[in-house]
Amino acid sequence: MNSSVELKEMYIKQFQSFENTLNGEKSLPFHQIRKDAIKKFSALNFPSVKDEEWKYTNINPLLSKEFKPADSIPEVDPQFINKYLFDKKEFITLVFINGYFSKEFSDVDALPKGLVIETICQAIKNHPDLVLRYFSKTTSSGNNIFAELNTAFANHGTFVHVEDNAVIEKPIQILYITKADDILVSPRNLFLVSKNAQVKIIETYAGFGDRSYFTNQVTEFIVNDNAVVEHVRIQDEQLNAFHISTLSVDLEKASNFSSYNINFGGSLVRNNVNTKFNGGFAECRLNGLYVTQGSQFVDNHTSIDHAKPNCLSNELYKGILNDTSRGVFNGKVFVRQDAQKTNAYQQNKNILLSNDAIVNTKPQLEIFADDVKCSHGATVGQLDKDQLFYLKARGIQEKEAKAILIYAFASDVVHSISMTQVRDHLEALLAEKLL
Amino acid sequence: MIEIKNLHANIDGREILKGINLTVNKGEVHAIMGPNGSGKSTLAQVIAGREDYEVTQGEILFNGKNLLELSTEARACEGIFLAFQYPVEIPGVSNTTLLKNALNSIRKYRGEEELDAMEFLTLVKKKMSLVELSEDLLRRSVNEGFSGGEKKRNEIFQMAVLQPKLAILDETDSGLDIDALRIVANGVTKLKSPENATIVVTHYQRLLNYIVPDFVHVLYNGKIIKSGDKSLALELEDKGYDWVIEEAAELV
Ligand SMILES: Nc1ncnc2c1ncn2[C@@H]1O[C@H](COP(=O)(O)OP(=O)(O)O)[C@@H](O)[C@H]1O
Ligand SMILES: [Mg+2]
Repeated sequence: MNSSVELKEMYIKQFQSFENTLNGEKSLPFHQIRKDAIKKFSALNFPSVKDEEWKYTNINPLLSKEFKPADSIPEVDPQFINKYLFDKKEFITLVFINGYFSKEFSDVDALPKGLVIETICQAIKNHPDLVLRYFSKTTSSGNNIFAELNTAFANHGTFVHVEDNAVIEKPIQILYITKADDILVSPRNLFLVSKNAQVKIIETYAGFGDRSYFTNQVTEFIVNDNAVVEHVRIQDEQLNAFHISTLSVDLEKASNFSSYNINFGGSLVRNNVNTKFNGGFAECRLNGLYVTQGSQFVDNHTSIDHAKPNCLSNELYKGILNDTSRGVFNGKVFVRQDAQKTNAYQQNKNILLSNDAIVNTKPQLEIFADDVKCSHGATVGQLDKDQLFYLKARGIQEKEAKAILIYAFASDVVHSISMTQVRDHLEALLAEKLL
Repeated sequence: MIEIKNLHANIDGREILKGINLTVNKGEVHAIMGPNGSGKSTLAQVIAGREDYEVTQGEILFNGKNLLELSTEARACEGIFLAFQYPVEIPGVSNTTLLKNALNSIRKYRGEEELDAMEFLTLVKKKMSLVELSEDLLRRSVNEGFSGGEKKRNEIFQMAVLQPKLAILDETDSGLDIDALRIVANGVTKLKSPENATIVVTHYQRLLNYIVPDFVHVLYNGKIIKSGDKSLALELEDKGYDWVIEEAAELV
């Protein structure tokens, strides 16, 4: 087994070999961002349960493995990919296999006016000013060692720029699929949504194969004045995969951001969702669902920073935990002194389907302004016995009756997703996990 | 149809049913009356298979099958229907979802083809008119935000769709105004056939003006202490339960 220090050294060595594959790109100004990140990475330590933010999340299983950065595209049976793809006629589709863009499975022809989509490595060359201006802007302040590691290896992922006033009707689907082959993939997304623009983006993370892998992922959103964003994140990794993600969102004046963070897969999962109001009159809705079984461990840490007045945040995270699986929810809402007329609502609700499932939940409100409306709460319970009896007394089999109740519990997280295909897909995935 | 022999049942170690004997044949309507807390709902729930109650003695045969060995859902599929005294609200589950799953599960159990969406809708609409419910109810969540009367009518509507062999109506009349009572009673009467049977649990006689029972039983303190024909219900209405209870005490 590695010590945490040896593991850091391993990743730093891997960074050096990664650098060597970059050839001329090393001389681009962007590369300095990577070099800064690896420097920060080496100065930080991997978190342990002694860190308040990782109190319940023991990452030793991850630290005991050596994952090598993916270096090629493997063969994929199209069925693994098609399972997750929506109708290409109705969605703009990008598929990445082991982090590499797959032209074969993607369809980004004929983009609507006002929409730029490129892979990150293309964007570094084609849009250096935008990339340099925004890349890592939302993540750099923290001491998030995994985000730094992602930045150091940043080369694969998606750059989306929605220009001023562009309303993009077709949703954008980005699928990251990984062959479980003891590899590290570091998908990186930068989504710039300009003033008055509107866009819907779905990110899906999935895998196939029997071995393990590590998805270390970062998505940054800049949501400008009056922009409207609907963001769905579907995590259905293999059950022996590690998945650590950071979603970082800056919300400017009167913008509107809706997030759906849906988790089905992974053996050890940690999602960080950080949103910040940089302007007034903006709205942020964070919806989350985690459905776990076996010995899965899923941790969602969210924070909403009301730095400006007159904003609304509404957060609802729900968990359905079976077998010996564990869930962690930690939700922080900060209402700064200036942020008068804030509305902030936060709920975490959990259903335990077995006696051995555990959830640790900590909703936190820190309020420094006085003229605000805020509420928060958490519940942990079982399926309602009276409801279950009622359904069975009507002739419905126990397993189906449970599935009906669980779906009802989950449905208010996903019912406001505007895309029918996405809702149907989530319903099918949920049924697959439950039945 | 159903034969209950010396049935004893506990909850939390406390005996509630203390030796019930009751036989209901097809085509019959039986009324079970008695003061609050006698064990009427307990009997209904035990027949439907509620696991909170522990049956300590006795047996229940349903068309020759040992009912106590069957799961709740198997009992329903065999043709037992309980109209609940307090129908539970199930937010997020539409009445359509409930009925479609229930009906198809029962049909599957009986080796019948499942209904497709069109056949289902046609059937459901026909049955709705029976209890004068409007179609928008189908999309609403089960019992959520329903008035007391709507909940009871919804129970009878479900019964109409599922067509049980034995229906147990637990205080379906309580909380109903006179119009709703008439609607519910009409629905039940129309569903009656020589092939099925009904147990009406009530502590008022007024429902029995509409659904005329062949037998009336008084349940008190976990036992049936008196049985008679429909005139017994009228007598109870008139004189209350005390005389029956005293009469029974003298016999002991
Ligand atoms: N779930 C329960 N837990 C504890 N006691 C119960 C429960 N259900 C019924 N009882 C008790 O059993 C007795 C009979 O109740 P019930 O069957 O509801 O009577 P009835 O329907 O005739 O009014 C009462 O004393 C009641 O308090
Ligand atoms: Mg009762």
